[in-house]
Amino acid sequence: MMMKWRGWALATGVLAVSALAQAAPPTAAMLSYACAGCHGTNGGSAGPTMPSLAGQSKEAIEVAMKKFKSGERSGSIMGRLAKGYSDAEVTAMAEFFSKQKLHATSQTLDKAKIAKGASLQEANCGRCHIEDGKEGKDDTPAMASQWLPYMQMQMADYLSGKRKMPEKMKEKVDPMSKEDIEALLHFYASVK
Amino acid sequence: MTLDRRSFLKLIGAGAGAAGAVSLPLIGQAAELMPKSAKRVVVIGGGYGGTIAAKYIRMMDKGIEVVMIERNDHFVSCPFSNLYIGGVLTDLNPLTIKYDKLAANHGVKVVQAEVTAIDAAAKMVTTSKGTIAYDRLVVAPGIDFRLEEMKGYDTAAMEVMPHAWKAGPQTVLLRKQLVAMKDGGTVVMTVPLAPYRCPPGPYERASMIAHYLKANKPKSKIIVLDANPDITSKGGLFKKGWKDNYAGIIDYRPAKKVTEVDAKAMAVMVEGLEEVKGDVINVIPPQRAGQIAVAAGLVGDDKNWCPVNANTFESTKQAGIHVIGDACVAGAMPKSGYSANSEAKVCAMNIVALMNGKETTELSGINTCYSYITDKEAVSVAAVYAVKEGKIIAVPNSGGVSPADFSAAKIEAVYAESWLKNILTEMST
Ligand SMILES: Cc1cc2nc3c(=O)[nH]c(=O)nc-3n(C[C@H](O)[C@H](O)[C@H](O)COP(=O)(O)OP(=O)(O)OC[C@H]3O[C@@H](n4cnc5c(N)ncnc54)[C@H](O)[C@@H]3O)c2cc1C
Ligand code: HEC
Ligand code: HEC
Repeated sequence: MMMKWRGWALATGVLAVSALAQAAPPTAAMLSYACAGCHGTNGGSAGPTMPSLAGQSKEAIEVAMKKFKSGERSGSIMGRLAKGYSDAEVTAMAEFFSKQKLHATSQTLDKAKIAKGASLQEANCGRCHIEDGKEGKDDTPAMASQWLPYMQMQMADYLSGKRKMPEKMKEKVDPMSKEDIEALLHFYASVK
Repeated sequence: MTLDRRSFLKLIGAGAGAAGAVSLPLIGQAAELMPKSAKRVVVIGGGYGGTIAAKYIRMMDKGIEVVMIERNDHFVSCPFSNLYIGGVLTDLNPLTIKYDKLAANHGVKVVQAEVTAIDAAAKMVTTSKGTIAYDRLVVAPGIDFRLEEMKGYDTAAMEVMPHAWKAGPQTVLLRKQLVAMKDGGTVVMTVPLAPYRCPPGPYERASMIAHYLKANKPKSKIIVLDANPDITSKGGLFKKGWKDNYAGIIDYRPAKKVTEVDAKAMAVMVEGLEEVKGDVINVIPPQRAGQIAVAAGLVGDDKNWCPVNANTFESTKQAGIHVIGDACVAGAMPKSGYSANSEAKVCAMNIVALMNGKETTELSGINTCYSYITDKEAVSVAAVYAVKEGKIIAVPNSGGVSPADFSAAKIEAVYAESWLKNILTEMST
C-alpha cells in the first residue's frame, strides 16, 4: 500500500508526499556513515591518531561503545557521541564495521621492532589478541593494521590508569619494558 | 561501466570546452553538454556536501550516473584555514583537494563550470559550458553574502577588508595583511548575527589571530565586534581560553552589529553610529544560501536559507531538487563541514531509495566541530541527530562540549588533525 502510493507519488512528482511519507528507522549503513567523517569511509581511517573501525570485531565495538557510554572508558569525544545511540543501534553499527574489509594503512614502522614484537606476541598477548592480532578473543579488539600512533596513545592511557586495563592483560603488560611494548605495537601495526 | 579517468577527463575536461560532447547547438539557447542516457543525478558544488553526496550515491548504486559541477578545479577547506591565518600552518596545501581520484574511484563525472540557472520544470541546469539534464538535483553551493546589509562592502572593499569566509585567495590576503601590520596595530573583526557558516568559526579565528599577535606583535590587539548578544558556540570554553592565553589582546564586544564599512578610512560603523578603526579589518558579512539556490527559488520565507524535508533533504519549494550543507535549514544541525558531510550521506541514501522506488530511511546524523584556542589546544562540540515529528533534533542526553577545565584540549588538538585528514580523504578519494 505505502509503497504503491509512494511509487505513484514519485512518478507524478507530487511534492507534499515526501512530507507525508513515513521513513523507515535508520539502517546500519545510515547510522554508520555518520561516523566516517572521523573514522574514514567505511571505517578505514586515514588519520594516524584516529582508529580504523573497518574489520574490527563486532563484540569489541559493542563493548567499546558501551564503556564509552557509561564512562567506564574515558574518551575525548566518544562518550558524548555514544550516548546518542540505543544498544540496538550500536549493535547494527558494530556489525556494519565488522563486515568491512580490513583497512591497509601505510605507515612507517621499524623493522627491528616488528621482528622483536613478533617474537614476544604469542607468549604475552596471544591468549587474547589471537591470529597475530587479526582477531580477538571474545570482546578483545583486533589490532592488525591499526594505526601505531593510535595504539601508542591507548597504551599510554592504560599505563597511566586513564583507561582501565583488563586484569589479565595488566598481568602481562606490567612486567614488560617500554621497549618491548613499543615493539609489540609496531608488530601489530604491521600485520596485514 | 565507469569511464576510465583519462577518457572521462578528455570528454568533460576542465580544459578546452569539451567540444566533443556538444550536440546540436541551438540559437539563443545553450547547447546540451552531456546528453542523458541513464538515470542521472546532478550535484552542484564540490565542497563538503557535494563531493560526499556524489561519492555515496555511486557507492550505493552504480546504475545512477552522477555529474558533479564545480566552478573551480580544486577545493580549499575552510576548516583549519584559521590555523593558516594564525601562522600555525605555513601553506594551504594540506587543506586543498582535487577531484581526480573521486572521479577515478567512483566514476563521478566532474564538470568544471559555473551553474547559472536551474529549470526545475524541465529538470535541467544551465552551466557556463552548456546545459545538463537530471532526474534529481543536489544543490550544495555553500554560502554567499548579504552585501545589501553591509553598506560599502563590495568586491573592491573585499580586497581591502577581506572576509576570508570562503577559503582560498581571501584567506591568503588576510594572512598577508596580518604579517604586514606594524606591531601596536589593531585588528578588527566583525561577526554577523546567527545563523551563519560555522558558529564557532569567528571565535576560533580571533584565537588564532591573537596567537599570532602574542608571539609576533605583542603590542597589538584584536577587537571583535559581534552582532550577537554573546559568543554563539562553546562560549564558556572560548572565554576561559581567552582569559588564560590572550588577556589584553582580545577585546570582545558583544551586541555590536556592524552595518557599514569605509574601506578608504579603514573603519567600520556599528549600527551606523559608532566608528571603529583598524589597521587590518576582517569583515565577516551576513550570509545566505549560495546565489544559485536563491535564483532557483529554493529559499524560504526568510529569503536566505532553503527549507527541506528532514530525511530526504528534498526542497519543500521545488520537487526533485535536494539542498544540503550550509544552504539548507537542517533543524538542529549547525552550518558546518561535518554537518554537510553527514547530511550528504543521508540525502544520497534517500535519493538512491527514491530513484529505485524503495522506502526512504530516517536521518541519523552527527556533527563535531573542533576549534583551536592555541596552536596546541583545541576544544570541541559534538552531537548526534535524529528526526522527531518531521524535525531534525539533537538526541537528548547526548553530545555536548569539551571539559571546562581544558583537561582534554591537548589531545583534542591531535585528534582534530586526524579528523581533517579523514574528512578531506573522504571527499577526495
Ligand atoms: C573560517 C572557517 C572555519 C571553519 N571551520 C570548520 C570546522 O572546523 N569544522 C566544520 O565542520 N566546519 C567548519 N567550517 C564550516 C564549513 O566550511 C562549511 O560548513 C562547509 O564548507 C559547508 O559545506 P557546503 O558543501 O555547504 O559548502 P562548500 O564547502 O562551501 O562548497 C560549496 C561549493 O560549491 C561551489 N559552487 C557554489 N556555487 C556554484 C555554482 N553556481 N556553480 C558551480 N559551483 C558552485 C563552490 O565553489 C564550492 O566549492 C568553517 C568555516 C569557516 C569559514
Ligand atoms: C569527532 C570524531 C569522531 C566521530 C564522529 C566518531 N568517532 Fe569514534 N573515536 C574517535 C576518537 C578520537 C576515538 C578515541 C577515543 C576518544 O578519544 O574518544 C574514537 C574511538 C572509537 C572506538 C574505539 C576503537 C578501538 O579500537 O578501541 C570505537 C569503537 C568508535 N570510536 C566508534 C565510533 C562510532 C560507531 C561512531 C559513529 C557513531 C564514531 N566512533 C564516531 C573519534 C570519533
Ligand atoms: C587476557 C586477555 C588479554 C591479554 C593477555 C592482552 N590483552 Fe590487550 N586487550 C584485551 C582486551 C579485552 C582489550 C580491550 C579492553 C578495554 O576495553 O579497554 C585489549 C586492548 C588492548 C589495546 C587497545 C586496542 C584498541 O583498539 O583500543 C592494546 C594496544 C592492547 N590491548 C595491547 C596488548 C598487548 C601489547 C598485550 C601483550 C603484552 C596484550 N594487549 C595482552 C585483552 C588482552
